[in-house]
Amino acid sequence: MSDQKDEKKTNRRDFLFTATAAAGAVGVGAAVWPLVDQMNPDASVKALASTEVDVSSMQPGQSLTVLWRGKPVFIKRRTDDEIKKARAVDINNLKHPEKDEDRAKNPEWLVMLGICTHLGCVPLTDKGDYDGWFCPCHGSHYDTSGRIRKGPAPTNMEIPKYEFVNTNTIKIG
Amino acid sequence: MSDHEYTPSSKFGKWFNDRLPLLTLANHLTDYPTPKNLNYWWTFGGILTFCLITQIVTGLVLAMHYIAHADMAFSSVEHIMRDVNYGWLLRYVHANGASMFFLAVYIHIFRSLFYGSYKSPREIIWILGIIIYLLMMAAAFMGYVLPWGQMSFWGATVITNLFSAIPLVGESITTWLWGGYSVDNPTLTRFFTLHYLIPFLILGLVVLHIWALHVPGNNNPVGIDIKKPSKDTVPFHPYIVIKDAFALLMFCIVFALFVFYQPNILGHADNYIEADPLVTPAHIVPEWYLLPFYAILRSVPDKLMGVVAMLSAILILAALPWLDTSKVRSAVFRPLFRQFYWILVADVLILGYVGAMPAEGLYLLIARVATAYYFAHFLIILPVLGWKEKTTPLPLSITEPVLGGSPNFAVAKSDEKLEKTIK
Repeated sequence: MSDQKDEKKTNRRDFLFTATAAAGAVGVGAAVWPLVDQMNPDASVKALASTEVDVSSMQPGQSLTVLWRGKPVFIKRRTDDEIKKARAVDINNLKHPEKDEDRAKNPEWLVMLGICTHLGCVPLTDKGDYDGWFCPCHGSHYDTSGRIRKGPAPTNMEIPKYEFVNTNTIKIG
Repeated sequence: MSDHEYTPSSKFGKWFNDRLPLLTLANHLTDYPTPKNLNYWWTFGGILTFCLITQIVTGLVLAMHYIAHADMAFSSVEHIMRDVNYGWLLRYVHANGASMFFLAVYIHIFRSLFYGSYKSPREIIWILGIIIYLLMMAAAFMGYVLPWGQMSFWGATVITNLFSAIPLVGESITTWLWGGYSVDNPTLTRFFTLHYLIPFLILGLVVLHIWALHVPGNNNPVGIDIKKPSKDTVPFHPYIVIKDAFALLMFCIVFALFVFYQPNILGHADNYIEADPLVTPAHIVPEWYLLPFYAILRSVPDKLMGVVAMLSAILILAALPWLDTSKVRSAVFRPLFRQFYWILVADVLILGYVGAMPAEGLYLLIARVATAYYFAHFLIILPVLGWKEKTTPLPLSITEPVLGGSPNFAVAKSDEKLEKTIK
């Protein structure tokens, strides 16, 4: 107590305390990690990564909802009018500015996750103030390109990775 | 607490108690000095204990018949309703029991708010209560998912998506919670496990809640410190036991009315449709007891800030002992606080009402005003009121105002035990 100099100096005991605590923390962390990671998607869930869809029977204006990784994916064969509408928008006025050209590489086909970016509901097709999609849960309106125009959703509906295997088949994922 | 040493009368009792003092604990609980002016608002602690035990017992037997699998959960619940002996009764008691639990907990919380039971030296009791309340909400939410109906599925989707509002790591956390890329079988099985676990965590916290209560003893409608034991107290048994039992009986009548006459009135018809990941019900609403917070969530036009506001609305309660700056506990002696208290009650009821309505037009405007007022009550009104308000004089003891003006008044005043009871 009286000799403060001695107390302030780091000694062997302090080193041992720190080293033991550090080794203990690493050990506990390593033991806890499997308990935490087991909750992440497992191998069988990950294995369902891609889905192929036959779209040969779809007419312009029609849309299809398919399940990919447990989530709905909207496939919409857009009419000329809908494409024109989507491309005429000035993207500087959008909440989440994205060109329709970047969202639908083939303008006739729009493929996107049918999940409202607010809290994950499935929006209704051909509804809302912009004739695209409308989410009934909390009132988000999307345009014919699936871009958020009005309501609480922060971003446009997501475009998944997809490709045309041939003219009639879309592979999602 | 009673300070006298307890000795069991029987020889075996003494032998046992020396090794494990369970009898001393039982004696403490029966003799526990309780303020003699406790009114019926104080009976909800006992009622809540009853609710917790009811949920655990009915839940345990339901789990013997329920199958936690996305393909079988919905039909296993119908199997409970139609085939299992008394299955309908057990499930209706469990489902309505959750609502009764929340009804009782809201009365219990608002009683604390009125009589200032959260103030020093009872802050820890209050904070333990808030943690119990949070766990109750988690348990109720996960329980609602288990029947795997449309509301179960979409309720789970909306609530788990709240976590995706967290910047950077939100999406990974949501995927981790789901165990997949959407709410699915892995989500159901983990929710079942946690739904089973949480009531026992609550039980442990209830023990701590009561332990912490027994250190300073009960607050009372007058809200003053009292000497224990004294003329102001009565032993817990039989006085409080019989009062609690009577109140519990009245509560069970209400409970039974729901279970036997309107078992589905508090639920949602859409939950009798099996979960369909491709179709969202037209109007998603949570159970009634979460509606005020749902209204706060929707009143903020930004996703992240909405989630922050909703969580803050609950967590702000934990800071209440320090936000309320008034030294006087009971609203009985706080004329201004009393008025603001009833405005807050109305405000929460309004939030609950607009939470059930579509988030648009006038409803949205009302929700925004009510949300702003909710926070203003705790962050502005309460701190300022503590400084500005002129409170009415406190009595010296619980007995004093009753005996005041009677020939016994002088006796009560001069009683040594009653002196220095007010700081």
